[in-house]
Amino acid sequence: MTPEQIIFLIVAVVTLVAGISVVTSRNLIHSALWLILSLFGIAVFYVLLDAGFFAVIQVIIYIGAIAILFIFAAMLTRRVMQDTGPQSNSNWWLGALIALLLLAGIAVVLVNWQGFTALAPELINPSGRLSQLGLALVSPDQYVLPFELASVLLVAAMIGAIFVAGEKKQ
Amino acid sequence: MIPLSWYLIFAAILFCIGLYGVLVRKNAIAILMGIELMLNSVNINLIAFWRYRSADGIAGQAFAIIVFAVAAAEVAVGLALIISIYRRRSSIVADDMNMMKW
Repeated sequence: MTPEQIIFLIVAVVTLVAGISVVTSRNLIHSALWLILSLFGIAVFYVLLDAGFFAVIQVIIYIGAIAILFIFAAMLTRRVMQDTGPQSNSNWWLGALIALLLLAGIAVVLVNWQGFTALAPELINPSGRLSQLGLALVSPDQYVLPFELASVLLVAAMIGAIFVAGEKKQ
Repeated sequence: MIPLSWYLIFAAILFCIGLYGVLVRKNAIAILMGIELMLNSVNINLIAFWRYRSADGIAGQAFAIIVFAVAAAEVAVGLALIISIYRRRSSIVADDMNMMKW
């Protein structure tokens, strides 16, 4: 076992336990806090995959923006679900069955795939990776169209969220 | 060295946990949390395939960036809708949101 593998296993166990707590916790605020722990574990995976930039934006966007949004929404709607009564619907065993069947299906497909146990090749130019990504996102023959579409989508989502959630003036 | 299989198995388990949350939880905000877990496991898969299969290109990273942007937009609109429904009906239980049911 190399140190990388030990780190991977520890972080994987923590992330999965946090994920299970997200979907089973009775208190919605606790769910949001477990979600933050789970997102931190995924940021560690990005570091292990030599994508440090993604670890940074995972912390900034997911933990800094999305998780805080969840906590605010949970606080704004707190009075109705008083953390009493069942938090999951009566067909929870059906949901668990579907999730387990999907996991078994994915496992069968993966095990029969040839590249399943591949090891990572050496990175050719690790330091120039980020500038390469930045240039590719704005160069016309690569990804400028999806990039601009994503910015239009973000503006539309922001205006839509303000319009939908805002107080209606009489 | 960590083989690719570890990342894929981890992402599959996390995706199924998120799917369970989406299918089972009553609270609409908790359903959105399950969707976030699923999107994150997809992103791990994208970055792992980029690292192990095509590390000389950046297509996987560009794809993951777009997934980040779409996830942020989805959560903002979803939570705005839930807050709007809560204002009108004082409930965020997904079973109660049946005003468009015929």
